[in-house]
Amino acid sequence: MTTALEKTTAAKDRPVPGTPLLEVRDLHVEFKTRDGVAKAVNGVNYSVAAGETLAVLGESGSGKSVTAQTIMGILDMPPGRITSGEILFRGQDMLKMSGEERRKIRGRKIAMIFQDALSSLNPVLSVGYQLGEMFRVHQGLSKKEAKAKAIELMDRVRIPAAAQRVNDYPHQFSGGMRQRIMIAMALALEPDLIIADEPTTALDVTVQAQVMDLLAELQAEYHMGLILITHDLGVVADVADKIAVMYAGRIVETAPVHDLYANPAHPYTEGLLRSIPRLDQKGEELYAIKGLPPNLYKVPAGCAFNPRCDAATDLCRTESPALHQVTDRDGAELAGRKSACHFWKETLHG
Amino acid sequence: MGRYVARRLLQMIPVFLGTVTIIFFMTRMLPGDPAAAMWGDKAADPAQLAAFKHQMGLDVSKWQQYLNYMGDLFTGDFGTTMGGRKVTDVIGEAFPVTIQLALLAFAFELVVGVAIGLFAGLRRGKAFDKSTLVLTLLLISIPVPVLGFIFQNVFAIQLGWVKPTVQAQHMTFDQLILPAVVLGSISLAYVARLTRTSIAENLKADYMRTAVAKGLPRRKVIGTHLLRNSMIPVVTFLGTDLGALMGGAIVTEGIFNVQGVGNALYHAIGRSEGATVSGFVVVLVLVFLFASLLVDLLYAVLDPRIRYA
Repeated sequence: MTTALEKTTAAKDRPVPGTPLLEVRDLHVEFKTRDGVAKAVNGVNYSVAAGETLAVLGESGSGKSVTAQTIMGILDMPPGRITSGEILFRGQDMLKMSGEERRKIRGRKIAMIFQDALSSLNPVLSVGYQLGEMFRVHQGLSKKEAKAKAIELMDRVRIPAAAQRVNDYPHQFSGGMRQRIMIAMALALEPDLIIADEPTTALDVTVQAQVMDLLAELQAEYHMGLILITHDLGVVADVADKIAVMYAGRIVETAPVHDLYANPAHPYTEGLLRSIPRLDQKGEELYAIKGLPPNLYKVPAGCAFNPRCDAATDLCRTESPALHQVTDRDGAELAGRKSACHFWKETLHG
Repeated sequence: MGRYVARRLLQMIPVFLGTVTIIFFMTRMLPGDPAAAMWGDKAADPAQLAAFKHQMGLDVSKWQQYLNYMGDLFTGDFGTTMGGRKVTDVIGEAFPVTIQLALLAFAFELVVGVAIGLFAGLRRGKAFDKSTLVLTLLLISIPVPVLGFIFQNVFAIQLGWVKPTVQAQHMTFDQLILPAVVLGSISLAYVARLTRTSIAENLKADYMRTAVAKGLPRRKVIGTHLLRNSMIPVVTFLGTDLGALMGGAIVTEGIFNVQGVGNALYHAIGRSEGATVSGFVVVLVLVFLFASLLVDLLYAVLDPRIRYA
């Protein structure tokens, strides 16, 4: 195989930080089940540049994971179906590619880190094998070379005594170590983009911080784009550059991370931020957004959030809001800020 | 691991002694007098009968016979048949035939069963899967004698592909194919069903999603990641089945005139030949014990989460 050649071209081929890497345009995904059609993703748009971290925030069922799986090409089809939209990776629409072309992007150009490392790693294969597999399949390395690379990777994600542990199986590692192995696997071929689907949800808080730090550090080192899917506002604040908040399969607000925390432009985001426990609220009842996330088989008419929104009007119940460009009080556009609320002005400035 | 194997081997001793003891007394309690049966319908001369009984060691109490038998067993002497042949010779003749038949049947059920199960599992709910379910159920429901005669009739007599029965004196390997297919067919149905369910189940596992996300080609996703995990329940079944196959198949061997363990045992039981029956059982117990040890060890190879202590 043309291993050496491939490696050098891959190195040269690295995208320049700041150039657009991935662009999702008006993506619609639905699931056909016995109960009807569930509209999981309803016109999602977002983009990630090289070296940038986009956090996709939302409750369970908001469509954040489905969008990620669609980008990755691992959506279960059927029952899933992409009804329309484009996913441009470095300018090329991946949805128009052949299965084989997409397979070559997976793992090599775009890699994914899953939530539960214990179930996401194969229980009957050693971690060394599972890491080495990346090199053997994509670069044609021999078993021995692949194993050496696997040890190198385990070292890089700071797994102690990597050389001794390379033949161990996933169940022999702790939760944090397992997630490091998942990260190592995603990093193996130095992809342009990593999608991390709730990478720290299954870990305890101290380990969460370690894993996030590691991820952020490696991302900076390789200038990778990172899509961080989470429902944890705390995780996002430190690492993300920008945030997209999803609700019922739509993006309801996007903003640079600090702007969003300081001053949300959508009532849903506002509600999410208010429901974070704070030390100065000790003894008070914690705020919770009323109601439940919408049933995807029957998304409410108008703004999907209207039944849970305190400020909802008749307009909200009939007309679905567009994703408005957000401006400051003087009418100047705020870069990267959009809100899908009829009353974003009132929410932001009121 | 080494300690585990040693312990398992030690555990075999009481199991072995117990089974041999039980089978010894069971065969000796069969109705009728095996020595008198040697004279057929004619009444035996009491002096000759007594002499014959003395020669066969049947003139002492059952307990004394048992002690003699066990004593001989440990020197490798399995006794003699009523006809005066050494039991070890009878075993030595029948076992190689059964081993060939068993291995052939085993290979058939393993290869064909897993292949059918794999395809059905990957296409769960499709036509191939549904017909597999129906056909395997049919196969399981048909009694072996019926299946044996159908196969014999269709493939040997109608189509003439193979000889209908095995030539006892000039047995060739190809003559065993038809009996092996019949013998393996019911287990094949179980193997196919087990594999199918296991494949369909594991197909939904998270690590399969990971394997796809790694950009592995489909044959690696299925061949390495899916199959390894799905074979664990199948191996358990196959292991115990191998032991059962080695025990000979009385019906199948009878239909196809295979001079194997099943046939030899059948005739020995019919003639109340205690020494022959228990001789075979001694060997079968050993085969079974080692087969199950092998399965348990293979289990750990397939699934590293299983540890032996």
